[in-house]
Amino acid sequence: MTLATFVIQLLNGLAGASSLFLVAAGLSLIFGVTRIVNFAHGSFFMVGIYIAYTLTESFGRGSALGFWASVLAAAVAVGALGFVVEILLLRRIYKAPELFQLLATFGLVLVIKDATLAIWGPEDLLGPRAPGLRGAVSILGRPFPEYDLVLIAIGPLVLGLLWLVLNRTRFGVLVRAATQDRDMVAALGVNQAWLFTGVFALGAALAGLGGALQVPREPAQLFLDITVISDAFVVVVVGGLGSIPGAFLAALLIGEIKALCIGLGDVSFGGFEISFSKLTLVVEFIVMAIVLVVRPWGLLGRPGGEPRHAAATEPPLRPLHGYLKLAAAGLGAALLVLPVATDGYVLVLLIDIFVFALFAVSLHFLMGPGGMVSFGHAAYFGLGAYGAALLVLRAGLPMETTIVLGPLVALAGGLLFGWFVVRLSGVYLAMLTLAFAQIVWSVAFQWDSFTGGSNGLIGLWPPAWLASKSAFYHVTLILCVVAIVALRHLVFAPFGAVLRAGRDSPLRADAIGIDVRRHQWFAFALIGGFAGLAGVLHAFSKGSISPETLAIARSVDGLVMVLLGGVQTLTGPVVGAAVLTWLQDEIARRVEFWRAILGGVIILLVIAFPQGIVGFIRGRFMREVT
Amino acid sequence: MAEAMLIARGLHAYYGRAHILADVALEVGAGEVVVLIGRNGAGKSTTMKCLIGLVRPAAGEIEFAGYRTERLAPHAIARLGLGYVPEERRIFTDLTVAENLEVGRRPPRQGLEPWTPERLFRLFPNLGEMRGRPGGRMSGGEQQMLTIARTLMGNPACILLDEPSEGLAPVIIEQMAATIRDLKAHGVAVLLAEQNLHFAGLVADRAYVIEKGGIRYSGSMAELAADEAVRAAYLSV
Amino acid sequence: MTVLQVEGLAKSFGGVAAVQGVSFAVEAGHLLALIGPNGAGKTTCFNMLNGQLAPDRGSVRLDGREIVGLKPRQIWRLGVGRTFQITATFGSMTVRENVQVALISHHRRTLGLWPRARDLYRAEAEALLARVGMADQAERAAAVLAYGDLKRLELAVALANTPRLLLMDEPTAGMAPRERVELMALVAGIVRVEGIAVLFTEHDMDVVFAHADRIIVLNRGELIADGVPAQVRADPRVQQVYLGGGTTFGHG
Repeated sequence: MTLATFVIQLLNGLAGASSLFLVAAGLSLIFGVTRIVNFAHGSFFMVGIYIAYTLTESFGRGSALGFWASVLAAAVAVGALGFVVEILLLRRIYKAPELFQLLATFGLVLVIKDATLAIWGPEDLLGPRAPGLRGAVSILGRPFPEYDLVLIAIGPLVLGLLWLVLNRTRFGVLVRAATQDRDMVAALGVNQAWLFTGVFALGAALAGLGGALQVPREPAQLFLDITVISDAFVVVVVGGLGSIPGAFLAALLIGEIKALCIGLGDVSFGGFEISFSKLTLVVEFIVMAIVLVVRPWGLLGRPGGEPRHAAATEPPLRPLHGYLKLAAAGLGAALLVLPVATDGYVLVLLIDIFVFALFAVSLHFLMGPGGMVSFGHAAYFGLGAYGAALLVLRAGLPMETTIVLGPLVALAGGLLFGWFVVRLSGVYLAMLTLAFAQIVWSVAFQWDSFTGGSNGLIGLWPPAWLASKSAFYHVTLILCVVAIVALRHLVFAPFGAVLRAGRDSPLRADAIGIDVRRHQWFAFALIGGFAGLAGVLHAFSKGSISPETLAIARSVDGLVMVLLGGVQTLTGPVVGAAVLTWLQDEIARRVEFWRAILGGVIILLVIAFPQGIVGFIRGRFMREVT
Repeated sequence: MAEAMLIARGLHAYYGRAHILADVALEVGAGEVVVLIGRNGAGKSTTMKCLIGLVRPAAGEIEFAGYRTERLAPHAIARLGLGYVPEERRIFTDLTVAENLEVGRRPPRQGLEPWTPERLFRLFPNLGEMRGRPGGRMSGGEQQMLTIARTLMGNPACILLDEPSEGLAPVIIEQMAATIRDLKAHGVAVLLAEQNLHFAGLVADRAYVIEKGGIRYSGSMAELAADEAVRAAYLSV
Repeated sequence: MTVLQVEGLAKSFGGVAAVQGVSFAVEAGHLLALIGPNGAGKTTCFNMLNGQLAPDRGSVRLDGREIVGLKPRQIWRLGVGRTFQITATFGSMTVRENVQVALISHHRRTLGLWPRARDLYRAEAEALLARVGMADQAERAAAVLAYGDLKRLELAVALANTPRLLLMDEPTAGMAPRERVELMALVAGIVRVEGIAVLFTEHDMDVVFAHADRIIVLNRGELIADGVPAQVRADPRVQQVYLGGGTTFGHG
């Protein structure tokens, strides 16, 4: 790489960092005041770019004034969307546990995605270039787009403006005060409802502006919501939650490293080919993992900047009552004889439900008793699935062996990643699990010669004795039930009790000689093994696997299952898995805009049952022990 | 007793299913210092939070400055002139002393000389010397003074003070007593929640004794001091 | 017999001395009160004893063994029990399970997979609860306990590993006057019988003067008094920086 290309890549990185910073600053601001991790923030960016596309197509082709007015109008429109969302949705859920808020904003992602699809259609839309800035300047003899120079200037400009607003205006002082203690701000006579609305609208407008500014650079596409939100999460976490200068620094860092990876391309080190351009998919997650391990609160974050656990303490766990045990056994028996009565589709659906019940129960063990919320649980599901598939296809092992070895691969992954993960807590911990999951995903996605790349692996058929649907159904049912019962027992075992103790009060656990981290680490690895078993069964039930098996969407599915069922119950995840698997299958088969419906259902469920379905039933119909 | 400015009648409040307040009634007159005394968990803090609107009573009426407030949001009650100083102080630790005061600032109230930072620094000279210091880098006693000053910036006619003496050194508690007497001299009414009977005796005109969520006794401070039976029954001293 | 021997303990934060050259000792069966103005360095001092903070200089010996540099959980294994200013218990567990977890840790069975935790060391846990008068509440959730009962539960947990030394940070904060005196009477009764040494910080002078065998006073990081209660109370310097005119506490 010559000096000139190096400099041009640096400038490219700076230009890319500007939009990223705008989105991340909005996310950070919203999180600081409302304590809501807004999953729909990437959707605001996406809506921003679509609206800007429509406006600039009409008004921005000919005049520079029309172009810039269109960009600003798009930002204002997205701010107005944020205003409406805050008033209609978020106001109802500020008192709900933080994970439910996350779930509701995820429902919003689905609704906005389908609304965008309905309005603008599925094609990529590339807007006009900015009038007056269509040329390029020459830097070290290389052309560099004029528009990108403007973008480079906008980042620091917005940072400066935000700093002024936060430090030199009464609104800013109130925002910073509310970031620390919103009830106290209200008790001092400030109408916090409007403060929240204002901050949310401002944050949304920043995301919308970030999107609108991209209109001449990249096409409006429907997957932008998820890629942008994961980028923005990474930036906010690397910079330190709630720190806007931190977000700026992190956006620069990540923008630059990404640009350099593209610039380096394929490099050969002493005969070793390293493809840096392929690294762009994961490089930000690698940066995040390193930063979090070295500075657990991000570059400019401070300890204690993460949300307090708002959820009420759960009541003491009790083993199932006699009659409930009987009911569970009855259900098990009924499921065992079911293939006599039916075959085909119902069995396929039930196999999926068993597999995802185990996946959800294992995630619940981490989130509930373990106190570690994982955003990347699919990694262990996928490690199990890929582990087993590769052992069958590349090593020629029989499926029976891989049912044991596949989960061990996932357990080993849990042991490796868990060592880093348990050094953090709360949102930071969750983001690190996401980072590791993305790294695993990108390896599976890009290592064409070994993992089959984006096509995945096919030809995973069970041996003859398991070839019939009903035989495979029975094996899956038995393995999943045994694993779920084992996990349930583990909650009550000394190990499980110690984990719950460490979650309830790390201070007290430490003061009675418990090494909380070490127990969390073991739990993380062990649970990886259980998720891996679910993955193995999934792979053989489908006959093939693809990187989808361990993508973000699968991790989110797991979270939705656990939260729908209720975090504070042990039966909840099973119910949540059954409901979501059935819903996805049922709606997706029949309805075009199934995402919007699913999202709407999730939002309604969060508003109606903030403790989850089983939590709601228990609170309503069963006496709580006090 | 002067004309009542803060009146609560028949207050009931619950946390989940726990009945925290059962039929609490009390009055605070203009310019009066009244203490609500009782042990931990008796319902003092919940009463205070009901009065400022942070906890919504399940039943009962609250009247402040002639308005019914039991259904109002905290900020609306605060704007009527009721100040609240919580038990845990709840200073904005990232904000400087001056910024903490700015959060509390409300427009002047008719008939009262408005509080300004300058005027407050005369009352709390310590704070004046550290106006640029973040709240998190102050001692417990200084924070307690700042939280009172911050509340005064709203020009309240009445202040709810929740256990101001908790966790403070005896010598600081004596300063706190002097401050409360100053406020009274400025015409600000105070409702004080306390466990420390010695401290209450230094500042209060009248006392209510609260136990298990209900008012068990009311009378002047002098009467309470003389009533061994009440003190033994409810205050365990 | 001396259980805890502290010598020349010092700690600075960013060049500001929080604790400088503090030395004292606690005897078995004795209660030593550590008092002083807010910000005098009491918490810093405490955290250096329990291993949460590493001192810049000085030594802390437990039964003659140096414990500076050990982690809190290692210090606990050597026999140092703690209670916190703001109670720290396991809210999602019953009162008995709280004690059982401490016993499981004491017996080094935290990685156990069998049997259920609630069936382990049940009798021992109940005996500990009985000692602090909590036996009848064993089945209740810790999250719903009254404040005074939480303090007693913490005491039972702190006693689970038969400690040599109890570190109690403002043990009676937030309690009613009589509850305070009763709790400290309970503590005093237990430690005198079992020869446990106690170091506690406290702002309630009624509690301090009623139960402390000795009092040390910290001001701006330095020890300014060390003696029996009557001596400390009469010390003009202590009166000036801490006790004040004595109008806010009793005279008994």
